[in-house]
Amino acid sequence: MVKEIPLVWLPGAACTGCSISLLNSASPTIKNILVDQIVPGVHINLRFHPTIMAGAGEQVIKALEDTMTLKKGNYVLAVDGAIPTGPTANYCVMGERNGKAVNIEARFTELAENALAILAVGTCAAFGGIPAAPPNPSNSQPVRKVLEAKGIKKPLINIPGCPPHPDWFVGTVASILLKGLPQPEELDDNLRPLVFYGKLIHENCPRRAYFDEGKFAKKFGDEGCLYELGCKGPITYADCPTRHWNSGTNWVIGAGSPCLGCTQPEFTGYAFYEKLVDVELPVVGAYWQTSKEGK
Amino acid sequence: MSKIVIDPVTRIEGHLKIETVVENGVVKDARSTGNLFRGIELILRGRDPRDAQVITQRICGVCPQSHGVAAALALDSAFGVADKIPDNGRIMRNLIQGAHVAQDHVLHFYHLAALDYVDVTDVAKYAGKDSELNSVKDFIARGELGPFVPRYEGDYRLPPEVNQQAVAHYLKALEIRRIGHETVAIFGGKIPHSVGIVPGGVTDTPTVDKITAYLWKVKRLQDFIDNVYIPDVLAVANAYRDYCEIGAGCRNLLSYGAYDLEGGNPDLTRRKRLFKQGTVSADLKPAPLDMTKVSEGVKHSWYADSSTGRHPSQGETRPEFGKAGAYSWVKAPRYDGKVYEVGPLGRVAVTYAFGDPVMKKLVDSALAELKAPASALFSVMGRHLARAVSAKVIADSLERWVLELKPGEPTYVEYTIPEESQGMGLTDAARGALGHWIEIKGKKIANYQAVVPTTWNASPQDDNGQPGPIEQALIGTKVKDKDNPFELMRIVRAFDPCLACAIH
Repeated sequence: MVKEIPLVWLPGAACTGCSISLLNSASPTIKNILVDQIVPGVHINLRFHPTIMAGAGEQVIKALEDTMTLKKGNYVLAVDGAIPTGPTANYCVMGERNGKAVNIEARFTELAENALAILAVGTCAAFGGIPAAPPNPSNSQPVRKVLEAKGIKKPLINIPGCPPHPDWFVGTVASILLKGLPQPEELDDNLRPLVFYGKLIHENCPRRAYFDEGKFAKKFGDEGCLYELGCKGPITYADCPTRHWNSGTNWVIGAGSPCLGCTQPEFTGYAFYEKLVDVELPVVGAYWQTSKEGK
Repeated sequence: MSKIVIDPVTRIEGHLKIETVVENGVVKDARSTGNLFRGIELILRGRDPRDAQVITQRICGVCPQSHGVAAALALDSAFGVADKIPDNGRIMRNLIQGAHVAQDHVLHFYHLAALDYVDVTDVAKYAGKDSELNSVKDFIARGELGPFVPRYEGDYRLPPEVNQQAVAHYLKALEIRRIGHETVAIFGGKIPHSVGIVPGGVTDTPTVDKITAYLWKVKRLQDFIDNVYIPDVLAVANAYRDYCEIGAGCRNLLSYGAYDLEGGNPDLTRRKRLFKQGTVSADLKPAPLDMTKVSEGVKHSWYADSSTGRHPSQGETRPEFGKAGAYSWVKAPRYDGKVYEVGPLGRVAVTYAFGDPVMKKLVDSALAELKAPASALFSVMGRHLARAVSAKVIADSLERWVLELKPGEPTYVEYTIPEESQGMGLTDAARGALGHWIEIKGKKIANYQAVVPTTWNASPQDDNGQPGPIEQALIGTKVKDKDNPFELMRIVRAFDPCLACAIH
């Protein structure tokens, strides 16, 4: 007998990039994830995802609400996008109840209350991200803040990234299926799984030697460390330098671009192409910092 | 008289509601409502202008690449380097955008649209040895059919063996579009939300290994487009022939053109491009593009009336949710005061109408195969067919362009950010004509406006009460079963709407 794990995917103030990134999963493929037993004896039963599901309108809202009642306490809730709240909560609505639009804050609240666990997929869901950038016109909040404000205590895992690498999502889900929800020591203070977000980009960057030597690119296409072109690798926790993106094809710094810091709570609160200022470089660069070379 | 409310419209990007009034089985009135406002134009204000290509890609994770291009073109222009982008930079931008758009067309047909025509459950009857199909058969046998049911029932017309083959192609297309994204990443770093395209050119430099890798990934895209995608579109069009007439819509088409074939010309409306800039209507007579004719109305959108009717360069975004008479977050862009549709059909038809020989041959042979007149282009199937043709023309061009790259030569030109300036960036994204307008003051973004393909297509009524393109395509449609309104969803999805884009 195959165990079915119900999953619902709720889109908030999102761009769907997180879902498209998930489609890029190389191993397992997205077909393996949707159709096959993702780990032996377990199938992810994706009951609601508006971007790919066959039905539309009332029938899919019923599928969503039925999951909430019939699978109460047993389904995983994945959220992409931040959640518009307060007087602007109606800036994001989906589906109707008794002829009235239901906003995502309300849908999220009831789905969260009845979920087994919640995955905040992408930096908007995890930290607010793009819609929450100043002046935050929709008063968008990250999942964690909405849960706190409503007093909902449910296991939450943040899987940030703009978008997240598909392995980060798939790996987190597979880990839950194989050995249960993560222990507190397996997550960082930002509730990110340390297995993917445990090290700075800067620690594993192939251009690191340039940084230590003080050799900096002055314009795009130059050899050297991209620090002076605005690289956020020194403050960004993710395994991009070793994992690489799109089936291992390339990654941001591999294309000659500074890291944009997209897995961080700070994303987008800085100029992307301006050098980091007044940042202590944690863990790394001890030699460079003490000698002040290259500054 | 009865109402059909479809909320959410699925298998599109984003939050869309479609509401129709049906009388004697025919749609009398249709309203398209965009249901998510983030205010990205407001978020851009006060930022470093170079951030625009990063932030505007995040307007949409399905079509970020084209926003990156539009923003970079607007910034090139604002920074005074629109005529100075090195050929390598121009070509690499085309390679990044083109691979993305070609895979996006594959994604649309198979993973967004196909379930309107293909009955997945026929795989339960599959008796062959294909391991992929047999795994789907096992999946069906287990009985938990999400996300493939629930669905509308009652109008699947393909025979079982064709449905089975189509499901196999659905699965193959997942792999092909993933390879399409890998192709983007070669010069774009990663995707969604790539990094390669910046004002002044691109960040990367071409090397022989990357060129070769790109070439052979594109060849896999081409093989699939030629031998699977285009034949499947023709097969579906033949099985659902009535959809070669259903959903004609406004019959005015607009293209900004895309894929620069020359540097040096700062005028984006006249620059030589693979897809031509211009407009056509039902007579398929082309007219040149005149950007002074574009304006955005907001009378029926949730924005302050004081901002209505402006050219995007003077546009404003002042949310006013709940405004009387308004019913959508999408604004209503119009060209010369008239309703225009944009999309693959727009750029294919405009390029065809200007007599481009490659486009003539492709479109004419597809129409001949369907034994359909050119007027059939204005229909649900016409839009699918144009999308497949767009994918082919792009993929075939990418194969040539990648070999024009010159390792060792520059890809990027330096600039200084001016104290005050403005710029306009125009391209044709996967879903059609995309424009970005920037105003810079004190070296910061003072105003930013984006008029996006689905802003055109999913727009509500304009200030003169003219319904938007999707609304017009729905009005007059016969609905056989109001509990299973296949017709409405097939029409809407043929436009490939993207609401995160439309509203932003």
